[in-house]
Amino acid sequence: MSNPDPQIPQLPSSLSLIQKLGAVALISGLLVAMVYEYTKPMIADNQRVALEAALYNVLPASASSRLTFRLEDDQLTLVPDDTPNEGDLIYAGYDNEHKLVGIALTAAAQGYQDTVKILYAYDPYSSCIKDFVVLKSTETPGFGDKIATDESFLKNFECLDAKVNEDQSALAHAIKTVRHGTKKNPWEIDAIAGATITSNAVGRMLDKSGQLFHPAIAQNLNLLENAQRSTQP
Amino acid sequence: MSTPAPKQETSVTLEIFTAGLWKENPIFVMMLGLCPTLAVTNSLANALAMGAATIFVLVGSNALVSGLRHFIPKQIRITTYIIIIATFVTLVDYLIQAISLEMYNALGAFIQLIVVNCLILGRAEAYASKNSFNKSVVSAAGMGVGFTFALACLGSVRELLGSGKLLGFQVFGDNFEPWVVMILPPGGFIVLGSWLILFKWIEQRQTKKIISSDAATHCTVKHNP
Repeated sequence: MSNPDPQIPQLPSSLSLIQKLGAVALISGLLVAMVYEYTKPMIADNQRVALEAALYNVLPASASSRLTFRLEDDQLTLVPDDTPNEGDLIYAGYDNEHKLVGIALTAAAQGYQDTVKILYAYDPYSSCIKDFVVLKSTETPGFGDKIATDESFLKNFECLDAKVNEDQSALAHAIKTVRHGTKKNPWEIDAIAGATITSNAVGRMLDKSGQLFHPAIAQNLNLLENAQRSTQP
Repeated sequence: MSTPAPKQETSVTLEIFTAGLWKENPIFVMMLGLCPTLAVTNSLANALAMGAATIFVLVGSNALVSGLRHFIPKQIRITTYIIIIATFVTLVDYLIQAISLEMYNALGAFIQLIVVNCLILGRAEAYASKNSFNKSVVSAAGMGVGFTFALACLGSVRELLGSGKLLGFQVFGDNFEPWVVMILPPGGFIVLGSWLILFKWIEQRQTKKIISSDAATHCTVKHNP
């Protein structure tokens, strides 16, 4: 009577299940680590090429050399050109005479589908945002992706006012996107009809980036202007 | 006296591969993996890239599941399959980033979402866990190619009508006004529905043909005993 029913199969012990799950996880981990190590330099190379292409398009044609700075607590420090950008880097372009000719900055904000990331040109002398290149976007084809092609939208960036206030603590006027056809001020962005969410994202990201970087650039303009000369032997 | 195992159990036939292409096509017949089907087929290039990524994950995970089928206890099989599938998805994620960042950005979150594509888990559970390594790999490859074929069917029509191009090359003249709806989500449903109608029609025609030829054979046999 006390004998167990021979029909009921013996369940494996919890320890055996954990061991087997651990073994499969170990195989998986090894595979991921191997492929990660193999593809890491290729991915870094692709990202560097994409950034170089974007910088080439955004910085003025007269820029023949470039320096990269990191912003930390309103201070700029020179870093190597291949430093990974975590949203805290400033790319300064210099002409043949080591004169500062333009600055490129990254900005990102949540769009309609996912985060939209751009690289934009900022002229510290005229305080204008002049151009931008989309680095990452998965916005709706035919609508959200028009931010890179719509001519009337790109006209906003002939000279979008992004000057800093007198005490160099923030932007004088917050950059904002307004409804299509209602732009009145040079710091406003005229939205694309039918792609309002992505247009708003561009306004938000430029304002956020401008509030962070532009005052620091204004405070450290001398450092930026003389950096190329001081790095020359 | 022990009975020998049936030969059919281990032999790999062409039918195992072709089943996924037509008779058991994952999209047109089994209606599996419809989320990426509708989401990434707005261009032929995206459809082919998603198809290639799915083939890689499907073949890799089915091979490993089949290889470990005697080792994995029944109680933890789904957890183990998900770990294996997630591993291959992570691998394909790194590989696509290494091959082309542009393609990676175009496919967006849908590469990571291959983990939850029911086609892959479905094949691991229904086929790879019960069949030999060779059969599982061949079947997975057939299913993957069938999935890619279906994605390409959708992607080509949507790109052609939605932007007048095919693989980025202009097909229609400058006067062609693109049907933007085709590259938006409703276009995915419209084109998928149209393809399903076409495939059902072809299938019904074939069935009718077989029935009528069978009937003709019976009549001939009856008249000429």
